[in-house]
Amino acid sequence: MSTEKKYQTKLFINNKFVDAVSGKTFPTINPSTGKVITHVAEGDKEDIDKAVAAARAAFEGWRKTGPVQRSSLLLKLADLIIKNGDELAQLDSMDMGKPFAQAKAIDVYGTADCFRYYAGWADKIHGKTVPVGSNFFCYTKHEPVGVVGQIIPWNFPMPMLAWKLAPALTSGCTVVLKPAEQSPLSALRIGELIAEAGFPPGVVNIVTGYGETAGAAIANHMDIDKVAFTGSTEVGRLIQTAAAQSNLKRVTLELGGKSPLIIFKDANINEAVELGYNAIFFNAGQVCNAGSRLFVQEEIYDEYVQKFVERANKRVVGDPSNHGTEQGPQVDEKQFHRILEYIDIGKKGGATVACGGQRHGNEGFFIQPTLFTNVTDDMRIAKEEIFGPVQTLLKFKTVEEVVARANDTSYGLAAGVATKDLNTALKVVDGLRAGTIWVNNFHTIFSSMPFGGFKTSGIGRELGEYGLAQYSEIKSVMIKLE
Amino acid sequence: VAKMADKNLNNVVLPTQLKLYIDGEWVDSVSGQKFPVISPVDEKVICHVPEGSLEDVDKAVAAARRALTGPWAKMGPKGRRNLLLKLADAIERDIKPLGVLESYNNGGPVSFQQPVIGCLPDDIRYYAGWADKVDGKVPNISEEFHAYSRKEPIGVCGLILPWNVPLWSLITKLGPCLAMGNTAVIKPAEQTPLTAFKVAELIHQVGFPKGVVNIVTGHGATGAAMTKHMDIDKISFTGSTEVGRLVMKAAADSNLKKVQLELGGKSPLVVFGDADVDEAVEIASNAIFTNNGELCTVGSRTFVHSSIYSAFVEKTRKRAQALVVGSPLEKNNGPLVDKDQYDRVLSLIETGKKEGAKLECGGIKHSGGPGFFVQPTVFSNVTDNMTIAREEIFGPVQSILKFDTVEEVVRRCNATQYGLAAGVITKDINNVFAISNNVKAGTVWVNTYLPVFPQCEFGGYKQSGFGREGGAEGVLEWTQT
Repeated sequence: MSTEKKYQTKLFINNKFVDAVSGKTFPTINPSTGKVITHVAEGDKEDIDKAVAAARAAFEGWRKTGPVQRSSLLLKLADLIIKNGDELAQLDSMDMGKPFAQAKAIDVYGTADCFRYYAGWADKIHGKTVPVGSNFFCYTKHEPVGVVGQIIPWNFPMPMLAWKLAPALTSGCTVVLKPAEQSPLSALRIGELIAEAGFPPGVVNIVTGYGETAGAAIANHMDIDKVAFTGSTEVGRLIQTAAAQSNLKRVTLELGGKSPLIIFKDANINEAVELGYNAIFFNAGQVCNAGSRLFVQEEIYDEYVQKFVERANKRVVGDPSNHGTEQGPQVDEKQFHRILEYIDIGKKGGATVACGGQRHGNEGFFIQPTLFTNVTDDMRIAKEEIFGPVQTLLKFKTVEEVVARANDTSYGLAAGVATKDLNTALKVVDGLRAGTIWVNNFHTIFSSMPFGGFKTSGIGRELGEYGLAQYSEIKSVMIKLE
Repeated sequence: VAKMADKNLNNVVLPTQLKLYIDGEWVDSVSGQKFPVISPVDEKVICHVPEGSLEDVDKAVAAARRALTGPWAKMGPKGRRNLLLKLADAIERDIKPLGVLESYNNGGPVSFQQPVIGCLPDDIRYYAGWADKVDGKVPNISEEFHAYSRKEPIGVCGLILPWNVPLWSLITKLGPCLAMGNTAVIKPAEQTPLTAFKVAELIHQVGFPKGVVNIVTGHGATGAAMTKHMDIDKISFTGSTEVGRLVMKAAADSNLKKVQLELGGKSPLVVFGDADVDEAVEIASNAIFTNNGELCTVGSRTFVHSSIYSAFVEKTRKRAQALVVGSPLEKNNGPLVDKDQYDRVLSLIETGKKEGAKLECGGIKHSGGPGFFVQPTVFSNVTDNMTIAREEIFGPVQSILKFDTVEEVVRRCNATQYGLAAGVITKDINNVFAISNNVKAGTVWVNTYLPVFPQCEFGGYKQSGFGREGGAEGVLEWTQT
């Protein structure tokens, strides 16, 4: 017996759920089985136009809404996300493959926390009075930048939605959000919660669709004041180009990475193995800040490899709905083939497969946790972002050498270092060109700590107080006094 | 649940627990001593509560000290934020009975006390929102040195509350205190402990770890035990300037604990000639008669431009005469909080008459039965040297003074040892800035009077106190670097 489950599959515009103007839909697929879950409205330029019009109409009212009310709505939304946590976690797990237990413990709670954190900022976004002299009264206002377009990825659908919506809404902006086509379902369900929480119509609009159509429409739109994008560096360039060619909308980008994790010989070896393991395999390697270049000091290299392989071989890969599963499938067939291709490139390039290196199972897009050793810096697997459970291990001698090698990349999103020595830690922290540096930990995210990339890993910062800057436009006021 | 028998008062719901709240438990005072809590509405004894002595304060401080390094510390900023949000929700469910209880306890009209208490859930949410946002800095010094600052809690804080807006004062202090990770020993004013006890029940219910919040009731000696205490790290006091001095002295003589004082005022409200007289009369009347004049910020010197002076005085008199005095649960003007205040206000009114101010209306005690009622009183032709123009009365007594020029009125506004607040009513931009930039007061209201917001810093210049409550600065007062 098959039960047709009811999912929200329509576009969310003006607090209503509507079909795409074209009537078209696209399938969203369960990567554990390769089967279609349901069909979702396929938004295109006309739908983006409608959504922007709704957001523009709602903007004046929203920005004049007292900050305390905006805060209250964000807190209500956080409560609703927790209340519906099981259902939301289940949606993401089914839609893009992450284990249900992680979707619940990490994604749901992280999402609610981000909304609660930013709710607290609504009435704390201060302008300043600036003393200039007795015959002028000067002050600044931090006004909301306007209607913002937000394009989010599929790897952490709900947290990525919160990282975008929360600071924008708390600042008084209205939003047109395009979820990734691989993972639209939790976003549309959250659209229902947004209406339930009591947000006025038009403040948040969610248009599902493809990047080349709906996403491009956002980047090119003449009435969107700012675009925020998380995704690949390649598409990030297109977004910035489109923004420049249209109306010079403000742009922030969170892009790819090839983040180094540096293990010094004085680190606790077991903890260091755990770090290197989690840095790459978390979320099946589908994290922009994955620690995908693992530099291990030569004195402990052999022992490290042995322990890493032992650890990786224990990893439970399988059905994400099972509580014991640690790694689900890759998000879709395209990523799946891409990663297998990189594994092939690695093998052909002369690196050694120390563990994994193959598909896992016969159904769905599962890949074995894979480790390459005997990797050199110039190999493609050491330079290009793979976005899968494939770790590359490189040997180093000295701190100066490894910092130079770690920096020898066009990316600069994150980095990690494992050491007990204070001076080593600070030397590495000061020397690395990366937006986030983890010392004796990895992947740690706090809503209050800024996150973003150096170089081609992005422009701007999200989270923390810093994350508010992109949603404000500063107005200087100077009143002449008699 | 204890309820009042009188039919007028059957909405007054007492707290379930009428004992000291120490280390997560409700206990009698060590001595077993109690004292009566009296309603100024009917002069009846509402209930008896424990008289806390030095030993009770010691127990509370010890509990608060232990709590600093227990589960409370491990919760971190996010945990504190989330607990405070839960407390906001709990208080929100209990707003109405809290407003009625407060009004019956201190005589402040429910039409004022209720909306003030109604703001408290959002006030708590404001402070909760700061818990995870108070950053230190990382200054750039040189290649050789890595430096950073941290904002840490101060430690065990003593909160000494007034009787005029008891619950508002409690939350305004406790909100940022807890958000920043401190623990607290609270002494409500002896006249008004009841809403504090009720909130202790909610704090307990919501799950704050034991010892984080403690309540010790008592009189001045209980407060002195706190201000002299060697293991209290900070005192936040709201009350009279006279007692504020004693708090500061005791802090200096004991352990140099940090001191924050919110004291008295003699705040000027300046009405310029271009003001709409009816609107100005309304604002000025509310500025002095709200809560029976028992607010530290009342506009108790009304400076009116000579061009509109007569019209203003005439309309003010009519306005004051129309105010009806009665039970604060029903009327907008209730009794003063106790006999001491009542005697004092009447005495100052007599002094006003003796020194030659013109009594426009009021001035006699409200007759007819028990209760410390005083009629709204208006004096005109008041001059700067009169006692009623210099001393804080803390009652429903409006003083109207005439002025001619901006420079003159600014000078006269500042001719006081106080500096809590000020107001200006005008349409002219330049008058606005002349007053707001030049009057030495912690808050200046323009075309309004009295509203305070948790987002804005509030506090005194000069002998109105020091330190700020509210705003980013107010929150920082509960940290050390």
